[in-house]
Amino acid sequence: MASQLLHAGFSAGLTFLLGASVLGVELRSQGVNTIVAVEGPMTWLWLGVAVVIVFFHQLFRPRIEALRRRTWGGSRFSLPPLLRNHAQRRLMIALVIGALLLFPFLAERSAIDLATLTLIYVMLGLGLNVVVGLAGLLDLGYVGFYAVGAYTYALLNNYFGFSFWEALPLAGIVTALFGYLLGFPVLRLRGDYLAIVTLGFGEIIRILLNNWTELTGGPNGISRIPKPTLFNLEFSRRADEGNIPFHEFFGIPYDPSYKVMYLYILALLLSLATVYVIYRLMRMPIGRAWEALREDDIACRSLGLNPTGIKLSAFTIGASFAGFAGAFFAARQGFISPESFTFIESAIVLAIVVLGGMGSQLGVILAAIAMTLLPEIAREFNEYRMLLFGLIMVMMMVWRPQGLLPLKRPQMELKRG
Amino acid sequence: MAESELLSVRGLSMRFGGLLAVDQVSMEVRLGEVVSLIGPNGAGKTTVFNCISGFYRPTSGEVLFKGRPMQRLPGFKIARAGMVRTFQNVRLFKEMTVIENLLVAQHMQAERNLLKGLLLTKGYRRREQEVMERAAHWLERVGLIDFANREAGNLAYGQQRRLEIARCMVTQPRLLMLDEPAAGLNPNETRDLNQMIVRLKQEEGITVLLIEHDMSLVMDISDRIYVVNQGKPLADGTPEQIQRNPEVIKAYLGEE
Ligand SMILES: Nc1ncnc2c1ncn2[C@@H]1O[C@H](COP(=O)(O)OP(=O)(O)O)[C@@H](O)[C@H]1O
Ligand SMILES: [Mg+2]
Repeated sequence: MASQLLHAGFSAGLTFLLGASVLGVELRSQGVNTIVAVEGPMTWLWLGVAVVIVFFHQLFRPRIEALRRRTWGGSRFSLPPLLRNHAQRRLMIALVIGALLLFPFLAERSAIDLATLTLIYVMLGLGLNVVVGLAGLLDLGYVGFYAVGAYTYALLNNYFGFSFWEALPLAGIVTALFGYLLGFPVLRLRGDYLAIVTLGFGEIIRILLNNWTELTGGPNGISRIPKPTLFNLEFSRRADEGNIPFHEFFGIPYDPSYKVMYLYILALLLSLATVYVIYRLMRMPIGRAWEALREDDIACRSLGLNPTGIKLSAFTIGASFAGFAGAFFAARQGFISPESFTFIESAIVLAIVVLGGMGSQLGVILAAIAMTLLPEIAREFNEYRMLLFGLIMVMMMVWRPQGLLPLKRPQMELKRG
Repeated sequence: MAESELLSVRGLSMRFGGLLAVDQVSMEVRLGEVVSLIGPNGAGKTTVFNCISGFYRPTSGEVLFKGRPMQRLPGFKIARAGMVRTFQNVRLFKEMTVIENLLVAQHMQAERNLLKGLLLTKGYRRREQEVMERAAHWLERVGLIDFANREAGNLAYGQQRRLEIARCMVTQPRLLMLDEPAAGLNPNETRDLNQMIVRLKQEEGITVLLIEHDMSLVMDISDRIYVVNQGKPLADGTPEQIQRNPEVIKAYLGEE
């Protein structure tokens, strides 16, 4: 108990010293002099509260942890048993999809817009999950593929007048090609080295887009990228020549929220397609091979699986999802520049995968929602966003390193009967 | 004679820096035989396996499988040719289930066309069904059918060893290479293993190359035995010949 007390006192003292030096005093320049200004009593009060909390938390930590362990049990919570039953599960999925489809007709425009953004991150998270969560290849340059997808649409439209629907499959193919090309040199690398090279790849793409001004417009980006159409109906007030606006076709007054709703529904359909395709892939030979490769590549080779081909397929397929997401992003924004594709985006998407629980699709979806909604809700703390982000990651690593909803085995069951 | 040779290793050597771990080892394995490779710890037996199965590139020597040279091929191609091995330390996909381990092993037999898989075509479903049935069949044979949907890492050690053999067998190999399969097994499990190898030989016509320390097992099931000591070939012959060979006795007694 004495050592507990000492430890708690030490922690509290450290908190006070750190807190006081960072929050309690401030250096101000007054003319040529620098003076030390002491903060007002409120700051000191809060600091006092923090010190007390740290003291008591450290003092009772063993007991708090024991309690936590008891209440959380094995800590590996899985889905409620309700979802185990096949028919009920189908019904549940249908209900959720129905609710998601209804959502834009009930919600505000800003909420719909935010939901669309969330869905883009869902797609990115699910795509990266193939590479990192399933195949176990740490890719820190995923944003590079996102950029390739976005610029593929933007450039094809700019130079050749491709519509969104014409460019979408091409964006997937071009990005898959980039994934394949990146895959080649990094195949022999593992772990940290792979992470560094892919990080470099993401940066190279961004720098290339920034400097190849003749083609990409450089830092000014590309603007006036058209929104997706619905069977050639446009969602703008006045359509380009040859096209008809949506509202005129149906004889209803123009409302800019139709566009927002349409974008949301498109994003939803693209996300659902992504979920389904990856769900199938996970249960197909290639998905099994990804997981096996993550676990033991030597055993894979001894069974006739070619690790090179399997890694390449993970990179290629994972990248193509970023390509689709990128093309959609370009269409939604109407304007893209290299600034949208910085490393921080890769970090956020990777955080989504890790937070969601490496491999599990539902986990990734929940994490994508959390990662995009939290910063919006905590708008006042805008300056501390990255701090918050870091804090959440650290807490996750300490308490739930396996992620929110770790991949639940088995994918394939032997049913006997 | 040459017709029935499945595997022939000629003058195989493997050098690690200053250490000549395998020095001019030659072996013949004929169709349908159980051949054992024995020798004291560190004799270079596993290294021979690694060279044959393509995990190491031998410094010199030749490995012919069905008359085709193998020594330049990568490990996965050698496995596809029909030579499959287990590892001295079990290497299962621990976080995958028992049945999934066997499904992964059948990657080459499965329908890998992405489009067919995504669209769940009839052909794809039939192939998956076959793969699943073969997996179930082998689980039945090694007595693990009740554990099909458990995580492989949670199996008892002896069960993991059996699963590793089943995982080799679903690939439908010609030559099964087992690296100390009885290590860590209790006498009952060792007896089961003995019976299993005999049955694999009789019923599946499989050829076995075995590394093993359990002498009663080796002497019981081997058709022929090769002995290596400090990387060098020491003797070869039938179990009776090996048991009577003074040099082998000396090498083994010397070890103790
Ligand atoms: N990859 C390697 N690098 C260096 N030395 C090795 C390597 N693999 C095996 N050896 C050495 O080769 C010798 C033979 O090892 P091994 O083939 O594992 O023996 P055994 O299987 O007969 O017990 C040992 O001295 C071992 O240290
Ligand atoms: Mg060995």
